[in-house]
Order: sequence, then C-alpha cells, then structure tokens
Amino acid sequence: MDFAFMWDAFLTLLSGVPLTLNLAFMAVGLGAVLAMLLALMRMSGLKVLDWPAQAYVFVFRGTPLLVQIFLIYYGLGQFRPTLQEWGLWVFFREPYWCAVLALTLNTAAYASEIMRGGLQSVPHNQVEAARACGMSGFLLYRRVVFPIAVRQALPAYGSEIILMVKATSLASVITMMEVTGLAAKLISQTFRAIEVFVVAGLIYLIMNFIITRIIMAIEWWLSPHLRRPPAVEPRLEAAHV
Amino acid sequence: MSNGVAPLSSQLASSEAAQAVSVQNLRKSFGSLEVLKGVSLSAKEGDVISILGASGSGKSTMLRCINMLEVPDSGEIRIGGETIGLRKGRKGMEPADQRQVDRIRSRVAMVFQSFNLWSHMTILENVIEAPVHVQKRPKAECIAEAEELLAKVGIVDKRNQYPSHLSGGQQQRAAIARALAMHPKVMLFDEPTSALDPELVGEVLRVMRSLAEEGRTMLVVTHEMGFARDVSNRVVFLHKGVVEEEGAPAEVFEAPKSERFKQFISSHR
Amino acid sequence: MQQLSYFELVGFGPNGWGWALLTAAGMTIAVATCGFLAGSVVGTLVAWGKIGGNVVIRGLADGYTTVLRGIPDLLVIYLFYFGGSAALGAIGSLFGADGFIGVPAFATGAMAIGIVSGAYQAEVFRGAYQVVSRGEIEAARSVGMHRWLMFRRIIAPQVLRYAIPGLGNTWQLVLKESALISVTGLVELLRQSHIAAGSTRRPFDFYLTAAVLYLLITWVSTYLFQRAETHSMRGMRRAS
Repeated sequence: MDFAFMWDAFLTLLSGVPLTLNLAFMAVGLGAVLAMLLALMRMSGLKVLDWPAQAYVFVFRGTPLLVQIFLIYYGLGQFRPTLQEWGLWVFFREPYWCAVLALTLNTAAYASEIMRGGLQSVPHNQVEAARACGMSGFLLYRRVVFPIAVRQALPAYGSEIILMVKATSLASVITMMEVTGLAAKLISQTFRAIEVFVVAGLIYLIMNFIITRIIMAIEWWLSPHLRRPPAVEPRLEAAHV
Repeated sequence: MSNGVAPLSSQLASSEAAQAVSVQNLRKSFGSLEVLKGVSLSAKEGDVISILGASGSGKSTMLRCINMLEVPDSGEIRIGGETIGLRKGRKGMEPADQRQVDRIRSRVAMVFQSFNLWSHMTILENVIEAPVHVQKRPKAECIAEAEELLAKVGIVDKRNQYPSHLSGGQQQRAAIARALAMHPKVMLFDEPTSALDPELVGEVLRVMRSLAEEGRTMLVVTHEMGFARDVSNRVVFLHKGVVEEEGAPAEVFEAPKSERFKQFISSHR
Repeated sequence: MQQLSYFELVGFGPNGWGWALLTAAGMTIAVATCGFLAGSVVGTLVAWGKIGGNVVIRGLADGYTTVLRGIPDLLVIYLFYFGGSAALGAIGSLFGADGFIGVPAFATGAMAIGIVSGAYQAEVFRGAYQVVSRGEIEAARSVGMHRWLMFRRIIAPQVLRYAIPGLGNTWQLVLKESALISVTGLVELLRQSHIAAGSTRRPFDFYLTAAVLYLLITWVSTYLFQRAETHSMRGMRRAS
C-alpha cells in the first residue's frame, strides 16, 4: 500500500464530507417533518388519511432509492415546459435539490414507521394515569406521550440517520461530488480501487461513529431512569429485610 | 436395598459388578465459587436415590456432572464400571474422549426441570430423535417403541402435536418418554416437578413411581419430600457442596443426625 | 413524429419496450438471488464466527459486520468493479495484454451484494440462534448428540425458522440494492429503463414503469416470505 497516495486521497475525499453531511442532514431534517405528518395520518383512525399514508410508505419503501432519484432528476425533465411555466424548473434542474428531495421523500417513509412504532409503544396505562391527573390533548402529548415515544424510537431513528448518510452516496450518480462521487472519480483517474476504497470507507466509518456516539449520548441524557441508581448504603438495605 | 447406610468405601469394594453409577470425590468450581467440595455417591442397579438440599447446595451441579453437562474439576465418575476419562484442557478440565462421552450420555438419560423438548419437532419426533440418529436404530422399531412409551406415560394421543400445545405435566411426561426411549442404564431427574403448577405435579410423580417399581436406576434431585420418603430407597442430603446426611429414608427422616437436615425437613413439610 | 402512448411505449408491440423490460426484471431477480445466496453463505460463516469463534475470529467477524454496515453499498460495488478489473488487468498484463479489462458485471454485482448482505444476514442468523432455547441444546447434548448432528437436527432447523422474517427484510434490501449494479453496466431493470429513457426521451414513463415492476417484485416476495413463515412456525412457540 502506498501511504503517501492514501494521504493525498484522504485529503481529496475529505473535501466531499461537507456535501455528504449537508445532504444527509437536510434529508433527515425535512424528512422528520414529513414523517411526523405521515405517522399522525396513519394513527388518525380516518381511512381517508390513513390510506394515502400507507400507500406512500409502501411505494417509497418498496422501490430502490436510485429509481426514485432518477425519476425525479431525469424523469421530471419530460415535463420541463410545464415545470418552467410553474417556475419550478430552477429547482428540478439542480441535482442538489433533486437529491435532497428524493432522500427526504425516502427517509420520511421509513421514519414515519419508526415514529408510529414509538408512539404505539407508549403503554396505555401511562396514558390513563395522565388522564386521571386531568391531562388531555396537547398537554398529554407534550408531557407524557412524546417523551416516552421519543426514547423508544431513538435507537431505530439513529440507524435511519446512519442509513441516510450511506444513502447520500447515490447522489454521486447524478453528478454530486460528495465523498463517494470523489472516490469514484479518483478511482477512474488512478485505477487504485483498493486504496481509495479503504480511505473512503474510513471516512464514512468515522462519520458514522461520531453520529452513533452523539445519538447514544442523547439516549443516555433522555433516559435517567435506565441509568444505574446511585449507590445505596448497604446498612440501610439490610434494615429492610 | 437396605445397605444405604453402609460407608461408601465399603460399598465400592464389595459390589463392583452391580454398580450403576459411582462418583468419587467430585469437585467443581464456577469462578471463585466452589459448588462441589468433594462429593461421593454411588448407586447400584435398581437404586432410587433422592438428592435433597437447599438451592445452591450443589445438587443439580452434581447431577449435571454425571452427564458431563458440566465437567468436574477433579474426581472420578464411573458409569456401569466405565470411568469417564478427563484431561486438562485450555480452560480447565475437559473430556479426554468426546466419543466416550457421547456413548455414555446415550446410556444416561436426563430429565430436565424445564422439560427442554425440541420445539420444532412433534412429541413422537422428540422421542425417536436420539434412538434413530444417535443410537442408529431402525426407525420403524423406534416408532413402535415410542408409541408404547407414550402410552405408558399416558399421552399417546398427543404424539403428533408440538410441545407448545401440551401442558407442563404432559411435556414432562413426554420428556420422560424421550429419556426412556434411549434404553438408559441410569436416569437422572433434575427437579422434574419444580417448574410445574401444583395440580400437575401428581401425574409426573406417578410416572416416576412406576419407573421406580420397575426397578430402574434413578437419581432424582427433588424437593418432593413425599417422593423421597415413599419411593426412593436412599436419601442423600447435600449442604454447601458436601454430603451432610445419607441413608435409608426411614432412618434419615425419623432420626436425622445432622442439625441442618432437621431444619431442612421441618421447613419442607 | 407521432407521440407514442404510454401503453404502446411499454407494451409488447413493434415499438414497445415490454419484452426488454421484462427480461431486465428477470436479470434483476437473477442477480439479486445470486447475491442473496452468496450472502447466506457469508452470513452463516460470519455468524458462526461470532458465536463460536475464539477472540481473534470473533473480532474479525464483528469488524466485518460493523464496517460493511457503516459504508455505502455503492462504494463496495465500485471496489469490486474497479478493483476486479485492476486485478484482472494485472493478470492480463502478465500475458501480454494491456489496457482496461472489464470484469463480468453479473459476477461483480452478485459478489458485491453477497458481501454486503452477508453482514446483515450474519446478524439475522446470530439473532435467530440466540432465540433457540439453551435447554433444548442441552437436552441434545445430554442424549449424546455430537456437534454436527446437533447442528443439523436441532440448531439449523430452528435457526432457519426464526430467521425467516429477518431474511425477508434482507431480501428486500438486496432487491433494492441490485439497482445499484446498474452503474457497472449490467442490463438489469434500472439500466434497461435508463437505456430506453435515453432512446425515446420519455424518462418519466420508463422510470415509473421500473418503479412499478420493483414494487411488484417486492410485493410478491413479501407474500412468499409470509407464507414460508406461517408454514414453518407450525407448533413453534412465538419468538419473543
């Protein structure tokens, strides 16, 4: 292995990190809003809301992300005159916005299921206890349901964020020069697939490691009840027996 | 049947031929915890020995050592006159010859507290599994025999059902049939009724009693004082990894020598 | 020139791309199946290493699943595609050939999918193994079953049953991942749609058709996996 080359490659690929993270966080942020909407639609109990949300999730989880990206970036080109007329072409012309849109729509489908799982995991008796205290409506959701649901859903949401970081690599197929795009370019220039692969892989692993740590920290911070309780004096314990 | 009170050493010397199981000076530790501190025990053919003791006394560990589910740190185990070879391995002791262990295991049947029937097989498949695949006996013969055994324990009508469809008592009876199908020289019972609801204990004990009456050699770890007193011909009480009291049930229950055994009996009435 | 209707375009008539798309869908299923099976082999070995291996093997197995689940699949495909041709090129130059030698895209794709999905399947198998009751394994030891017999008769049948839902999910992943193989030029469903879109200037129609075909394959395979699950779970206690 040529370490001088790998160092150069590392510096080159590092310049793609901001775009990778930019795409991932745009998609996760916008996707979360859409996902919350979808989850509430699915849990509304109204068929007119539930059914479209279910269809949405089915379609976006059942087709490859790359097909979704192509459909938006190339496919919508078929309607260019109409889009220009509506003033949307400036948006769909840009691979960046197409990638963000596709990633957002895609992650929203997965994230809505995670959120729904989290909301459904809230034990019924805890809701009842809150009602018994006179809580209802938004207060009930804000103080009891959401805090419990978020803790439940966080690990799965963490995996979804990692998946999104990985998924941004597909933007390279529509000319975005993020880490994978730069790696592919470098490989085709140098034909040193293994070295470039190792460096690019390492960059992704570092990014994902840091994100995982952050999520674990949030999880720890949100779950004081699961932490080890402060040590009790043994004499006191014995007195209870 | 009545020489249970004789010292172990003299028993060993006198009746080697009829010896079904003999355990000499068994020691076993888990980490820093010494569970067995030199236990000796022997059973002649036809003996039914109840092994009593509080939880943590080492009684289950001893039984599991006899079937090599745990490998003892030191001591000697003989099954039907054959000594199980042990040697020092990387992580403590290990069997010297795995084939010998497999052979001996197929003659020493074990009945577990939690039944441990194979959940992906029907009751009949559970019973014929080891005879067909370990002992390599003809399948048709095994099926015929399995049906007899299931009839004997009273669940022949359940033979094509899966374990999860049976009650605990029925599962344990199926497990006993599975053990019998191996034609074992010795049967080991590890708290066979402890996981059962009280109303299901009787049906399992009845089956065990009938086995004892057939003259089978049985080592039974149990909390059932009635069984120990009425069915077994010898009682062994383990305490903290040593044999604390031993003898014929009539003697040990009427006149216990050890203070701890007295306490144990009075707390298990 | 008269604009073809959508159904003429994707139909089976003289100007239709129907047969081409169906063949390509077959190619998608073929490459996904091969990759999935390769992944099952890899996954079994890795799960085995994780469960029964010594410290070194366990470390390697854990490293493998961590790395493969942390890097983009596309990167792995590039590695196999470009790396494979670099390796072939090196061998070729020994025999006097020079220049770029393309590797068979099908084999590259199936291998890349196998390596990636192997990491997922390893976790599925390991999880399924952990559900198998320790007591049942102990019972198998107690009747004198040696390792291989116990694996074949007691462990493998149960692991497979418990693994079916997880394998179903992995299959869906593999199916969608197979679309990435199109970057290597293998004419599977997405690549064929790309070609058709380019030659007819009707990209939306073709990518939409591709999406529908992917959905169809997903839907049918979900159904088949559910059938397999209910069938295999006869009499089993529910995995909890």
